[in-house]
Amino acid sequence: MIQRQKQNNFNKELKDALLTALITFALTVLLFGVRTVQQPGKLGIETRWSWVILSVIAAFFGRLFFVFCTGLINNKGSYFQGVADNITKIGGTVKILTTVILVLTAILLPLLPFSDRYVIDIATLVLTYIMLGWGLNIVVGLAGLLDLGYVAFYAVGSYSFALLAHYHDLSFWVCLPFAGLFAAMFGVILGFPVLRLRGDYLAIVTLGFGEIIRVILLNWYQFTGGPDGISGIPRPAFFGLEFKRIPPEGTASFHTFFSIEYSSLHRIIFLYYLILLMAFITNLFVIRLRKLPIGRAWEALREDETACRSIGINPTNTKLTAFALGAMFAGFAGSFFASRQGFISPESFTFTESAIILAIVVLGGMGSQIGVVIASIVLIGATEFFRELEEFRMLVFGALMVAIMIWKPKGLISHRAPTVRLHT
Amino acid sequence: MEYFIQQLINGLTLGAIYGLIAIGYSMVYGIIGMINFAHGEIFMIGAFISLIVVLLLNSFGLSWLPAVLIIVLVMAMVFTSLYGLAIERIAYRPLRKSFRLAPLISAIGMSIFLQNYMQLLQGARVKPLQPMITGGFTLIDDGDYTVVLSFLQIIIIITTTIIVILFSFIIYKTQLGREQRACAQDRVMAELVGINVDTTISVTFIIGAALASVAGFLYLLYYGVVDFFIGFLVGIKAFTAAVLGGIGSLPGALLGGLLIGLIEVFWSAYFSIEYKDVAAFSILVLVLIFRPTGLLGRPEIEKV
Amino acid sequence: MANTEPLLLKVDRLSMAFSGLLAVDDVSFNAYNKNITAIIGPNGAGKTTVFNCLTGFYRPLSGIMLLYHGEKRFDLQRMKDFRIAQKAKVARTFQNIRLFPNMSVLENLVVAQHNALMRASWFTVGGLMGFRSYKNKEKEVIELAKYWLTRTDLVEYADLPAGNLSYGAQRKLEITRAMCMEPVLLCLDEPAAGLNPAESSDLCELLLFIKENHRVGILLIEHDMSVVMGISDYIVVLDYGKKIAEGPPESIRENPAVIAAYLGEEE
Repeated sequence: MIQRQKQNNFNKELKDALLTALITFALTVLLFGVRTVQQPGKLGIETRWSWVILSVIAAFFGRLFFVFCTGLINNKGSYFQGVADNITKIGGTVKILTTVILVLTAILLPLLPFSDRYVIDIATLVLTYIMLGWGLNIVVGLAGLLDLGYVAFYAVGSYSFALLAHYHDLSFWVCLPFAGLFAAMFGVILGFPVLRLRGDYLAIVTLGFGEIIRVILLNWYQFTGGPDGISGIPRPAFFGLEFKRIPPEGTASFHTFFSIEYSSLHRIIFLYYLILLMAFITNLFVIRLRKLPIGRAWEALREDETACRSIGINPTNTKLTAFALGAMFAGFAGSFFASRQGFISPESFTFTESAIILAIVVLGGMGSQIGVVIASIVLIGATEFFRELEEFRMLVFGALMVAIMIWKPKGLISHRAPTVRLHT
Repeated sequence: MEYFIQQLINGLTLGAIYGLIAIGYSMVYGIIGMINFAHGEIFMIGAFISLIVVLLLNSFGLSWLPAVLIIVLVMAMVFTSLYGLAIERIAYRPLRKSFRLAPLISAIGMSIFLQNYMQLLQGARVKPLQPMITGGFTLIDDGDYTVVLSFLQIIIIITTTIIVILFSFIIYKTQLGREQRACAQDRVMAELVGINVDTTISVTFIIGAALASVAGFLYLLYYGVVDFFIGFLVGIKAFTAAVLGGIGSLPGALLGGLLIGLIEVFWSAYFSIEYKDVAAFSILVLVLIFRPTGLLGRPEIEKV
Repeated sequence: MANTEPLLLKVDRLSMAFSGLLAVDDVSFNAYNKNITAIIGPNGAGKTTVFNCLTGFYRPLSGIMLLYHGEKRFDLQRMKDFRIAQKAKVARTFQNIRLFPNMSVLENLVVAQHNALMRASWFTVGGLMGFRSYKNKEKEVIELAKYWLTRTDLVEYADLPAGNLSYGAQRKLEITRAMCMEPVLLCLDEPAAGLNPAESSDLCELLLFIKENHRVGILLIEHDMSVVMGISDYIVVLDYGKKIAEGPPESIRENPAVIAAYLGEEE
């Protein structure tokens, strides 16, 4: 009897796998099987049926394996859940240890033996994304507003600094607060009309807004330089000391002031510590905000807007502050970006950037600070080291976003500590 | 005046394409209450499948135009709707009971995935297609400006009309359509009276994808080029059309599509072509602020 | 029963319609401070709609709702939902519980004092700088929360996510959250729904405690007649959006119109 049932089950699984294979065949036969190629004068095709055959076979066995695994989970309790819980535990006791290790590594990184220019450059990039991730986390993770145009505020910050420097000869440090302010202002201007909307409308409006900013930057040639961008953006100085081999007449340079040999590495390391400091301040700020009434109101809003209105929280204003503060950090990060690159153009501010930042927040765990760090290191750092796989990067990001929503919708680090406690 | 008429014709043609995609947004929103962000990508896949089928038919030596058009249309609808089905099954169905943002994020992930999937499979370069249908009627010719209604435009408008009538029949007159509308109104109740909700939702995605693939094919014919990125902007515009018409309403989606097409064309013709994408977006924001129910939509009563 | 307490709420000729269908039709009633006023009626009688109008979630078609608050008077029909909660101090609960499930029990209560805390934190600026005035206010709010948690036997769960509580505890927590707003009018939408008899009698005790010890009027929508008859001072009966009877529990019990509405009229 049991034998028969097993037999039936197996038949069912086999049928299921066959169906999957059939659908895979239909999905791949044209797009995998036929490749369009540019031939002289016209578009031609090449065939590569082997891809189709391979993917069909992969789908068949993949499905069988999947069904088999789900069977295992049902039989032996939840093995995978165990793994998932272990990862989550980073939020518990191990959290302090992880944080300490991460902070120490971050501070000592330029001094470590394996750190060359390349490593520090990547670390700087990772930190930029960490800062952006923390900023977006206010909007998405805490307030629960899906912002798909976060890169617009990053662009506003970059261009504010670049244009102020270009037209008024202002330095990085003078422009930094303005960049944040302008970005926050844009957040308010955009947010005010649209934050009353339902969550999914907000997502698409922000998506459109990101695109619009880019279109404007691209087409307002006289002011922004259009697709040529802006070059010659000043580099940040260390308390008035610039990082130049030959300082301008009558001024000191970093290496002359400290009487050390000039090295181009100095500036790289300085930029690294600058973004580390900025990211660190962002983090402190966000942690602090979370424990203030405004932070709790954001989280309450994420949980249930109707309930919020019933206890007297003004939803529009509360969302607006989240939006503006999130934008402000993007603005700061943007002016750092402009200063580090020395050149910006609209190409750096495409939807892909927004998607990457969102992926970092979503994968790391919405609302989790340390999750953002881990996700940034993995998503940005790791992919930078595997440059040859560059073209698979966004493909994997997209797939990961789907997978994480299905598998662990709260992100890898889903532990949430209350902001106030009664019992210690 | 002649210029105006020409723009009107162009706008309606473009609007028909937007309308077809907008219907997909509207239907999916109606039944599961989410914006299917990957719908623009389904349109893009439809365009690519059409392109590949056209090239295949060419290589087989089939060149009788009506046959080519019909075969491509049917193939595109069949294969693209399977993509619609697969996407729903993989990325949305497991999330029906998840938290509010989960299906949205999953949809965005899916959209990013599909774009890059197509880029990897078919390359990043723009794919041009030799014009298949040329010529047209000269409506007005006063010496300096000729108003032309091209055969292509006629085909686009006729195809759209036929397809919309066909699918309206399915939605309003068949058992399938009744079940679909029942689910849209009250999913739990529909389940209680014995409707298979999963199947019905799948069917909705299939219909939406089929319509988007028609739009993809028509887009390919009209512009003669496709690339992996077209789904993004066209998707936003079609969504705007759906919102303008009143999301959830099918005639509204079509009407919204036509309006967006007209607005875009007139904006480009009379103001600036660089900022044509800004126009559609500004309309989206204005509609959402001043008339969130759209032109033909019904107001949502907040359940407390 | 003659009321010695001051008038708290005056609802006058309130009407509300949904796409032409009158859900509340010309309803008037009063509620008094330190009184439990119950609104009862069969399903679909328009009780929750009255609440939604009172708390600003719906804008009524016509009619006025006045809340008297010491010297001040609030025209509720002109105010937005969150302003009603914030300024007029009307708190409410929901038929299907609406807590902040991922936030801790204590946080749920602290959020209820959002506006006071915002002022104390100087709209976040002072709070960021760690001003003492804010810290003191926060302590005060936590003390208030602790008082109510003790009252409702939820103290031991204070640091757990609200979503992890049992159904009955969540119902209690929602009332607790409303009380942490220090309201003058508490609107409870079917608080006993889904509770077992022991929990129901707990609830009655809690409501009586609130009525005795705090300056607040209670409006109560409830189907459980043992609760309604046991604790209300005054009952308003709605049917098909119209008021069909009002009076103290004894008179409602015998009112033929009410019996007909509940049991169906005999033809």
